[in-house]
Amino acid sequence: MNGAQDLGGMMGFGPIVPEPEEERFHAEWEKRALAVTLAMGATGMWSIDTSRHARETLHPADYLASSYYEIWIKGLEKLLVAHDLVSPEELRQGRALSPGKPVKRVLAAADVPAVLARGTQYDRPAEAPARFAVGERVRAKVMHPVGHTRLPRYVRGRTGVVERIHGVFVFPDTMAHGKGEHPQWLYVVRFGGRELWGEEADPVLSVSVDAWESYLEPA
Amino acid sequence: MHDHRNAEHHHRSHDHDGHDHGHEHEGSELSEMALRVKALESILVEKGYVDPAALDVLIETYETKIGPRNGAKVVAKAWADPAFRDWLRQDATAAIWSLGFTGRQGEHIVTVENTPTTHNMVVCTLCSCYPWPVLGLPPVWYKSAPYRSRAVMDPRGVLADFGVTLPETTEIRVWDSTAETRYLVIPMRPAGTEGWSEDELAALVTRDSMIGTGLARDPKEVRP
Repeated sequence: MNGAQDLGGMMGFGPIVPEPEEERFHAEWEKRALAVTLAMGATGMWSIDTSRHARETLHPADYLASSYYEIWIKGLEKLLVAHDLVSPEELRQGRALSPGKPVKRVLAAADVPAVLARGTQYDRPAEAPARFAVGERVRAKVMHPVGHTRLPRYVRGRTGVVERIHGVFVFPDTMAHGKGEHPQWLYVVRFGGRELWGEEADPVLSVSVDAWESYLEPA
Repeated sequence: MHDHRNAEHHHRSHDHDGHDHGHEHEGSELSEMALRVKALESILVEKGYVDPAALDVLIETYETKIGPRNGAKVVAKAWADPAFRDWLRQDATAAIWSLGFTGRQGEHIVTVENTPTTHNMVVCTLCSCYPWPVLGLPPVWYKSAPYRSRAVMDPRGVLADFGVTLPETTEIRVWDSTAETRYLVIPMRPAGTEGWSEDELAALVTRDSMIGTGLARDPKEVRP
């Protein structure tokens, strides 16, 4: 969806503010926000794509005014309500009003290292040959899906070159909506800076995105 | 103290006074957020969805165990050991796994090497994708609108914010992490470090140099 999360090429946000690498959190609540987000993810009740979509469906003004951990918490609350795990009234009152519903898993402290080390594999075996080859010119489709997509607006309609083939990966546009994995070939598509941003752009800039096959057409 | 935090907050549209309040208090907005997160956590614990002890382990892990020193070891080894560098080129996920850095948000890693003619920079314009097993949690700026909006359009301007200037002829190659592949930049090895141990080399590798918003440190800072 064309939400506030799709930031590439927007202007007016001001300078970037570097920070030292020892700095991990900026407030205690950020630690708890990280932990509850990861622990609820580990229940297996939704995919990472569903969580991303929950965040990007925040009202654009709210999204842009929120820090990233705030976005996580607001997204998590939406997911909990959407999956009927927590009621809006419970969020309003800040306490549980009824017992919990069954979840697939509850992450135990002892399992944290193994669960983090395992991660989640998103690649799948190929069932058909890749449509595009390395070096081939492709165009990112002009499309404006109302649901989740990982094709940023700034490349839509632009022509680039396939630089690398990652393999076959689960498709976020369906995963986010509980419609299955529908794995597709995933490519690195590289665009020239001037193709994306016009003649004023840096002549030696290029930008790539990772694009699923159905985002692309021959150019 | 922490001027960068105030500056960060100034970019937000409904900021308050901007005075420096220190860590524990950021004005009403963040206090509300602290309460909101606390309430949410207690609801989730009461309902049996999360184990509070697991929350503590998660925090401890990302506070003390998983951070950018992991990535610095990968880079130092890539500089010192051509066989390892070749392995990174072939299958970075496996090569990095061999050093024990694996898992969440690093299931599929690709390394990209800076050269005298090409500088790589990594961004996630759509959210905050970042190679956690090698770099830890992303810094605030990586997840914030100023970086995400500008990196793909004006990466030299981004570099200027980090105090880095590259020759106009150096190609800038930006990688927007729009899938589950995570990119790690291998910065250029500084001259004059021949024969250095991997530990010494790792001390030259900054987090920002592995995102592509910085360069490796001057060897004189490490071995005067």
